[in-house]
Amino acid sequence: MQEADLSFLEDSFKKYYFNHFDLIKVPERTSEREFGYQKFNSGMTRHIPIKDDKELHLMLMQNIPSDVYCSNAYYTFPSLPMNEKDWKEADLIFDIDAKDLNLSCREGHTISICNECNKVSKTLTQCSKCNSSKLEKKSVPCKNCIDASKIEVEKLSQVLIDDLAITKENIQVFFSGNEGFHVYVYNSQFQEIGSRERSELTDYISLRGAIPETFGMRRHKQDRAALPDFNEKGWRGRFSKQIFGSRSKRSKIITELLANGYSSFQKTLDDVSENIGVKIDPNVTMDIHRIFRLPGSINSKSGLTKLFCDDLTKFDPYVEASFLSDDTVEIIANCPIEFKLKNKKFGPYINEKVTVPTFAAVYMICKKLARIA
Amino acid sequence: MLELGTDELAKYPFLEGAGKFLKEKGFPLSQFGTDPDLKSVVDKAYHRLKVSTKGGIYKSEIIDGEASDTAREKEIFSFLLAIVLIKLSGMHTLVKRFALAEARRAENHLEKDLGKASDKSKIDLAIRIIYDLFNIEVTKEDEFFKIPVSDYLKHSIDFHEREWKLVNRHVENGKVLLTPDKTVRLIRKELGTYITSKITNAPTPPMIPGLENIVNELTSIGKALTPSYTITTGEYPPCIKHAIEILEKGENLPHSGRFMLATFLLSKGQTIQQIAPLFKNAPDYNPRVTLYQLNHLAGTSGSGTQYSCPSCEKLKTQSLCFPIPACDNIINPLQFGRKKK
Ligand code: SF4
Ligand SMILES: [Zn+2]
Ligand SMILES: [Zn+2]
Repeated sequence: MQEADLSFLEDSFKKYYFNHFDLIKVPERTSEREFGYQKFNSGMTRHIPIKDDKELHLMLMQNIPSDVYCSNAYYTFPSLPMNEKDWKEADLIFDIDAKDLNLSCREGHTISICNECNKVSKTLTQCSKCNSSKLEKKSVPCKNCIDASKIEVEKLSQVLIDDLAITKENIQVFFSGNEGFHVYVYNSQFQEIGSRERSELTDYISLRGAIPETFGMRRHKQDRAALPDFNEKGWRGRFSKQIFGSRSKRSKIITELLANGYSSFQKTLDDVSENIGVKIDPNVTMDIHRIFRLPGSINSKSGLTKLFCDDLTKFDPYVEASFLSDDTVEIIANCPIEFKLKNKKFGPYINEKVTVPTFAAVYMICKKLARIA
Repeated sequence: MLELGTDELAKYPFLEGAGKFLKEKGFPLSQFGTDPDLKSVVDKAYHRLKVSTKGGIYKSEIIDGEASDTAREKEIFSFLLAIVLIKLSGMHTLVKRFALAEARRAENHLEKDLGKASDKSKIDLAIRIIYDLFNIEVTKEDEFFKIPVSDYLKHSIDFHEREWKLVNRHVENGKVLLTPDKTVRLIRKELGTYITSKITNAPTPPMIPGLENIVNELTSIGKALTPSYTITTGEYPPCIKHAIEILEKGENLPHSGRFMLATFLLSKGQTIQQIAPLFKNAPDYNPRVTLYQLNHLAGTSGSGTQYSCPSCEKLKTQSLCFPIPACDNIINPLQFGRKKK
């Protein structure tokens, strides 16, 4: 990134931090957490202790970080090196990202940047100029992606509430600042479980590793009565709704399932879990020493804010999570796909000089699709 | 702690109350070496131990509720005396085997007690033992036992069978619903560990005159059981250590785990003769098959290809990987411990 771009981003982020202290608050039990940040064009600084909002704001103003992080874990000594911190417990965190959902819309709003020759294009397999396959993918806002991610968040909440007895008040949903959501669970029975246990929990939530026996299907001595029914709790109930559709079809479908046999049932089960299992990133949930983007801070991949979602259904990140100014700035944009931000359309731009509001300029520069003119 | 009668102590003699019981009865240990009336207790203790060294579970002649107080006392004493004998023999191999056998025995009782729909006090006792020893809050509902999901995860995480995955369990309202046998199976390993630590922490008394012969016999049995060499696990990566631990405990290591372990050790220059005894404790051990398989992996038989140790990524998918910070930046367990660039 060129000097002018960096100072423009830094400037815009600084203004945001200064004007939006109200959005950036330390989490509870602050002094037990590890904080970290990254500055533009430099490495990560970790193991920082922060006492309160005031200290946090001071840190932001002094360093103008590109990204700010905070641990979901609680430590006795958060500022010591990892193995001396004395890990106590950690909130449960789930990451739902549109790019992991295998959506068919993805291709239509993804741009590639060649690592070798910097060519920007819509071809996603190979650089159209130098044939290199080292392409960096950048995706621009897509309503479908956000809607699909919201559905996963809903599915996740259902499992958390119904199966795992988490209360609604202890679940918080945040827009990640790019194209997904982070779901936080506080004060649950899972606070103290370790990484392997969390991984097992994610398998449950995504319905991964299920065997036919769990759904009443056996290799030998089949038994109709063992197959699940609509009113059952947990995955058996959800499986029923998905596979039988309606009560009247249940009997007929069970006969089919039994006739097709065990291995075919396993296949059906795998297909079903692809549909009804919640698509969370298991690596995020099982990492109990990670630091996560701090709510209220800006995501430097987009210039959008990681924001608490009060009403998920209505929430539109590309209107609500953009807090940067409308002041215009001149950039050279190379963004071959049109996108919408704050209800305004931008692009497509083919290597052209344009004047756009700061929030759009930051968005494109963060995505490496523009530079200051 | 629980207030226990002789009936319960006979079933669960490793509970706190048993030692106190012996004291209350007023037998000094030395009396067991000389008193002909106590000879039968000594014999029973020896028998109990002997059975365990052969991998069996001692079968008590006591059937629930149908035993005289003396028979129950004998039952409790023989357990305590067995521990004394182990301590006197100084053989650690006996500890493991005895603890394992006793854990299985107690497991059977717990399972029966939990399954007694008609006898609420028996169920309550079993539930309290599980809570006191392992801090798991079990509640009963209809024919099921409910355990908080988090406790279930903590205790089942080392089980490799797919049916133990949380996703294959009946989960409702933050609890896992289990049958009595599964409930008890969940704490099997810890029961063994608990009894082991009880024995390990028990003081070693001075030799009891009159018991020298028995103790000597136990020492030689113990020696025969000890493998003639041990593999040091010092610089091994966690996945390998974990596999060795499983085998040493006599638990079942899945095929993928055996493959990883054998290929790893072969690559580290161990010989087949050095590796084979590791598998000796496996529940399905067969020396011929093991040698055959090892030769195959080493490339000394069959196709002649030497198999290499699977990558960390592969092992992750097989749930054999337990990474620690020292695992950062390596892609194969063989690289563990090498200097990073
Ligand atoms: S990362 Fe590799 S070496 Fe470390 S535990 Fe996992 S498999 Fe073993
Ligand atoms: Zn190129
Ligand atoms: Zn999309």
